[in-house]
Amino acid sequence: MTLLAFDWILMVEKLILIAIIVFASLGIALYTTFAERKVAAILQDRPGPNRAGPFGLLQPFADGLKLIMKEEIIPNSSNKALFILGPGLAMTAALMTCSVIPWSSHVELFDRKIDLQIADINIGILYIFGVVSLGVYGIMIGGWASNNKFSLMAALRGASQAISYELAMGLSLIAVLMISGSLSLKTIVDEQMAAGSLWNIAYQPLGFVIFFICALAECNRTPFDLPEAENELNFGYHQEYSSMKLGFYLFSEYINMIMSSAVMACLFFGGYDIPFLNEATLSPNFAAILGLLALLTKIVIFIFVFMWIRWTIPRFRYDQLMNVGWKKLIPLALFNMLLTGALILWKQG
Amino acid sequence: MSIVQLLFSFLSVLAIFGAIMVLVSKNPVHSVLWLITVFFAISGHYVLLNAQFLAIVNLIVYAGAIMVLFLFVIMLMNLNAEAEPRKHLWMKFAGVIAGGCFLMVLVSLIRQTTELTGKTALMKEGNIGLIKNLGKALFSDYVVPFEISSVLFLSAMVGAVVIGKKD
Repeated sequence: MTLLAFDWILMVEKLILIAIIVFASLGIALYTTFAERKVAAILQDRPGPNRAGPFGLLQPFADGLKLIMKEEIIPNSSNKALFILGPGLAMTAALMTCSVIPWSSHVELFDRKIDLQIADINIGILYIFGVVSLGVYGIMIGGWASNNKFSLMAALRGASQAISYELAMGLSLIAVLMISGSLSLKTIVDEQMAAGSLWNIAYQPLGFVIFFICALAECNRTPFDLPEAENELNFGYHQEYSSMKLGFYLFSEYINMIMSSAVMACLFFGGYDIPFLNEATLSPNFAAILGLLALLTKIVIFIFVFMWIRWTIPRFRYDQLMNVGWKKLIPLALFNMLLTGALILWKQG
Repeated sequence: MSIVQLLFSFLSVLAIFGAIMVLVSKNPVHSVLWLITVFFAISGHYVLLNAQFLAIVNLIVYAGAIMVLFLFVIMLMNLNAEAEPRKHLWMKFAGVIAGGCFLMVLVSLIRQTTELTGKTALMKEGNIGLIKNLGKALFSDYVVPFEISSVLFLSAMVGAVVIGKKD
């Protein structure tokens, strides 16, 4: 009887890691909503939420409680099963990305070397790409199942926007891939950490700009938040949703933002690398904690930039969005790819 | 039963169940969603065969792009069960006969192949499905068919643009 003959300790270890990462992502997303309101307040010169707890720090919990306590309304003419499936899919797709992100190097506990990454698969970048392309379904199914014309319009907008910007995103990733020669995120980060090598941003500034714009569009953030254009579509694809289902949609947007920040940090800004510090001189556990803090700092900076942009730039018109995606970003990404390839060939001689 | 066999049976059942649900679902949107389930199950099989690249590309291309377009069309045309045209009985018969013939050809083909007799799929072995080996095979051994198919794709793209262009 060799049923389930495998490393049980590894399984438990991974399960604990998954639980920690998922709950940490949810917790960070909770406070990202708070940060969003605070950043908006600062940029608009007003105090922002400051009633619940010291400096308003308990505000996200109050918001969450409010959402959970609200009455749950499922429209009578909606497709019930898919109406419930929609937010779940959006949330799942958002959280799935975190499994390939290397959060830090490894820690040593109980004589075991534990990698702080759920799965170091050799197709890491493609996995992220696949999960991003699945994120469309949450929006589309939710918008369609609501049986509301505005929701459907918003869902179609969201899906076509995501598909359009995925292309440019993929092309900008290919250039990174050419430099690193590996699809594994861990390898890409390790290469940037190695002594004498620079972060990928130094080799791929144009690629990073393209990736960043596409990440804004994929997360439905301003100036690309067309699926939620309230003056054209009332509220967007989640118009008919109430209670925590609406909360899931709003929340998955923030989780998407965190995950794309983490991916950008890993691909272009050295992941858990601390600049001007040789991590090999420190003890592994200490280095892992410092690395995690470094990655989190990078993520927070990116999230701040996301918010800064949201409260500074007005929304695009729909045709402008498509123009930028297809006629500007894709040719630019192709040019970047060609240039990178030519430079690599020239360097090899 | 090892865990690989367990996963294999689970994925196979999921794939076949999903495929049946694609056919029997009244609502076209449900059919598309079941088809996506089938693609996921097939990708799972690819992972079991150590072909991770094929698995993820299958998901990106089919589940992530083509099925989204299917959903687009179905949602915009607002198809539903009532609007589905009623088929004649003889058409159903013809469909069953044609499908049965095809199944028979497939089964006899597999039974007669000498290379396959007495062999099981190699789980977790073989590495042609990994991106490095697959890329090398495609760009050296099969470079001509590969390039021809890419020209075919290009011409399809140009055709789509020409048809879609307003004049």
